[in-house]
Amino acid sequence: GTYGIAQTVRELSVISHSQITRLYSRFHSLDKGENGALSREDFQRIPELAINPLGDRIINAFFPEGEDQVNFRGFMRTLAHFRPVEDNEKNKDPNSGEPLNSRNNKLLFAFRLYDLDRDDKISRDELLQVLRMMVGVNISDEQLGSIADRTIQEADTNGDMSISFSEFIKVLEKVDVEQKMSIRFLH
Amino acid sequence: MESYLFPFDGLLCMLLGISFTLWFTLLLIFIIVPAVFGVSFGIRRLYMKSLLKIFEWATLRMERGAREKNQQLYKPYSNGIIAKELVSLEQEIQEVRRSGIPAPEPEFDMSDIFSFCRRGVESIVDDEVTKRFTAEELESWNLLTRSNYNFHHISTRLTVLWGVGVLVRYAILLPLRVTLAFTGVGLLVVLTSLIGLLPNGWVKSSLSEKAHLMCYRICVRALTAIITYHDSENKPKNGGICVANHTSPIDVIILASDGCYAMVGQVHGGLMGVIQRAMLKACPHIWFERSEVKDRHLVAKRLSDHVADKTKLPILIFPEGTCINNTSVMMFKKGSFEIGCTVYPVAIKYDPRFGDAFWNSSKFGMVNYLLHMMSSWGVVCSVWYLPPMRREEGEDAVQFANRVKAAIARKGGLADLLWDGGLKREKVKKVFKEEQQKMYSKVLVGVSEDSHGSEVVRGSEDSHGSEVVRGSEDLHGSEVVRGSEDSHRSGGRHCYAAWRAGALEEPGRTFILN
Repeated sequence: GTYGIAQTVRELSVISHSQITRLYSRFHSLDKGENGALSREDFQRIPELAINPLGDRIINAFFPEGEDQVNFRGFMRTLAHFRPVEDNEKNKDPNSGEPLNSRNNKLLFAFRLYDLDRDDKISRDELLQVLRMMVGVNISDEQLGSIADRTIQEADTNGDMSISFSEFIKVLEKVDVEQKMSIRFLH
Repeated sequence: MESYLFPFDGLLCMLLGISFTLWFTLLLIFIIVPAVFGVSFGIRRLYMKSLLKIFEWATLRMERGAREKNQQLYKPYSNGIIAKELVSLEQEIQEVRRSGIPAPEPEFDMSDIFSFCRRGVESIVDDEVTKRFTAEELESWNLLTRSNYNFHHISTRLTVLWGVGVLVRYAILLPLRVTLAFTGVGLLVVLTSLIGLLPNGWVKSSLSEKAHLMCYRICVRALTAIITYHDSENKPKNGGICVANHTSPIDVIILASDGCYAMVGQVHGGLMGVIQRAMLKACPHIWFERSEVKDRHLVAKRLSDHVADKTKLPILIFPEGTCINNTSVMMFKKGSFEIGCTVYPVAIKYDPRFGDAFWNSSKFGMVNYLLHMMSSWGVVCSVWYLPPMRREEGEDAVQFANRVKAAIARKGGLADLLWDGGLKREKVKKVFKEEQQKMYSKVLVGVSEDSHGSEVVRGSEDSHGSEVVRGSEDLHGSEVVRGSEDSHRSGGRHCYAAWRAGALEEPGRTFILN
């Protein structure tokens, strides 16, 4: 209802009324079962998402642990990670905590795409699985294995053969995360 | 029996009789006779102009109402709601990488995931395909509740107007239209059956033409369709195939009321079957049994035979295979383009202000749809006859199909998409995902000359390439992608670049970079 939306709006710091309406309209058009929540099948019906090699991982990001329905609030909350960063400048509220679309939270979103078992570490196995999703059948196991090994070697600083979130941040410190992980509304 | 009759029954009967006769005479004079002779009194255009003025007033009224309450009107935008990158995925990944030179050893960058991730989420917010299968949202209100998103801004005057509209549409227009529809269809069946009794020859075909045209014109009036035909000098001729974009079953009526075509379709039972059989008696149409539809060679043979006979009418085909919502043109199935005859493309664009002509076959049945159409204000559309096209040297059927599709999209002001209209009901084929994976593997391994890495990539490319050429139905999607190679700068074998570049052909429909 409207209370939920108001709460969501506060969480997202600044989002215009028309953008919320538009996203709600989109949510509603994806919700084929018309039960106010989206399932994984609803997402997979989008052809462009279905052909994305990481489509399943992205869809998973919308669903909290152990659930297979996401309501509009959850939908908006996940999408909030992709709001452009500069919009926050207008609304510095010391009580609101770190906004969902901060650089850190964008990096955390990407980290979680790799971290399959949600244990806050990217193990060699998890990295291999994600790589396999991205390349399909086109690269051999040995080659992929050596790619994974090299990546972990470069990133791992504490020698536990896996990548923690802080190591992840360090590796990507020079990358313009804000721009790459932002979606701009036209209106 | 006598006790049932009212004292005024004589008067009542007389009144009913008179009004009925009056009604019928008016119908005859103003609608049926002009339909028979193919002339128009211009009543419909007058109607259209006055309606437009009313709609404008209604929209302004709603905007004023919204401003008074200090709220914003919901405005739909069909051009996309988010800004998307115009660069291909491949280029984007290369840009993020630290070095632009292909490495001797495969190099993976953890930031590669960002591009996939963002594009995935972009498609969740706004994708090019799913919105083509629902009715287009309108910016102005046409006094139909089914297309209004700003209910709370309606004033009393507007509500009264809407009420009057409902009365007019359901009490006056709907019965009139239904009568006309029955007349038109009935006449079609009767006349074609009669003509079928004649011996084959010039007289028969000429009469058949006139009968078909007349009945379709009555049907056009049954829908209050106001059609503007452009470039009639390019009208399809015998021995050719006419292809058009498909929005609704009404397309057939619109085209067939201006020219004579041989229809192609599946044999139906019931009323449709009766109509089909009757039409077949008067002139050769191509109706397929359900079992024959699967056999592509049989279909192709029958079409080629028909086309080879110059006395037979041009075939009317809708290569998209399903109804699309008239904002875009989707993939054309290559079957009709393999026959090797002249193709006459036709673009049909409906004016969305009057009512949405799109048939959402997953939501509504045919009868429901027709009732919808007959109880709305009417149908306004434009038909453009494009100059005939032939397949060129070195062009395969898919490339030809895409060329025709691009021409139709450009003329009608529609977005040109490579996606298959079949996605309305089916899942997208896995081969597209495999294309993406292959592309990324190439980026990872590098397009270098040396042995190990590139062998893997090249090997799989080759086998993929030859599969495509063999033209199996399964990989039709990727054929399309290959077919677009020459017309798109990225030389894309991957569909992201291909369809994005396709979207770029329509200047009004590009994504705007901030």
